[in-house]
Amino acid sequence: MSKIEEQSSGKKEGQIRYLTPLNIDTNIKKKYCRFKRSGIKYVDYKDPNFLIKFVNEQGKILPRRLTGTSLKYQRKVSVAVKRARHLALMPYVGDLLK
Amino acid sequence: MNHYETVFILNPVLSDKQIEEAVKKYVSLLESNKSKVSHKEDWGLKKLAYPIQNKNSGFYHLLQFESDAEVINSLEVEFRRDERIMRFLTVKLDIHALEWADKRKKRNLSKVKA
Repeated sequence: MSKIEEQSSGKKEGQIRYLTPLNIDTNIKKKYCRFKRSGIKYVDYKDPNFLIKFVNEQGKILPRRLTGTSLKYQRKVSVAVKRARHLALMPYVGDLLK
Repeated sequence: MNHYETVFILNPVLSDKQIEEAVKKYVSLLESNKSKVSHKEDWGLKKLAYPIQNKNSGFYHLLQFESDAEVINSLEVEFRRDERIMRFLTVKLDIHALEWADKRKKRNLSKVKA
């Protein structure tokens, strides 16, 4: 009990100090736009198996910050997904899509 | 003249003959309006992602054609009047879309051959 009290009151004895900083891996894999990288110029609404990569399991369109798609192609993806939904190739609302 | 592509879903209760007739009707409608139908595709009976008019499947057909912009309006009016058609979507094709459509055609051809 006394030790915990010492720590919470800010005394240095219980603290761990490092001479070298901990080796925490901060190089998280950088996201990239798959359309730019593989040179796809047109997002096809007729291919639901491809578009499924850009929606979550409820069928909602994933944000750019998660998929890494560039703004130019995110707009095209969102149009394509909406067209596919209209043609019943993809659901408007779904459950366990993946 | 622009390039367009239209996908429509036909009622699943129709017979093969009726479907053929319906597709032919729209092809001839387009051709009578001086448009060129460059590609026809039959996707067959497909399951729908959600029910439309209480049906869970439908016959998908695709037409790619070149026509004037005014023709689209009359085509879509016909689509709306037709009870056999459950859904339709007409899209204008840009350069990249055309390129992709050609690629797609070739891929489908090689699939048929193989």
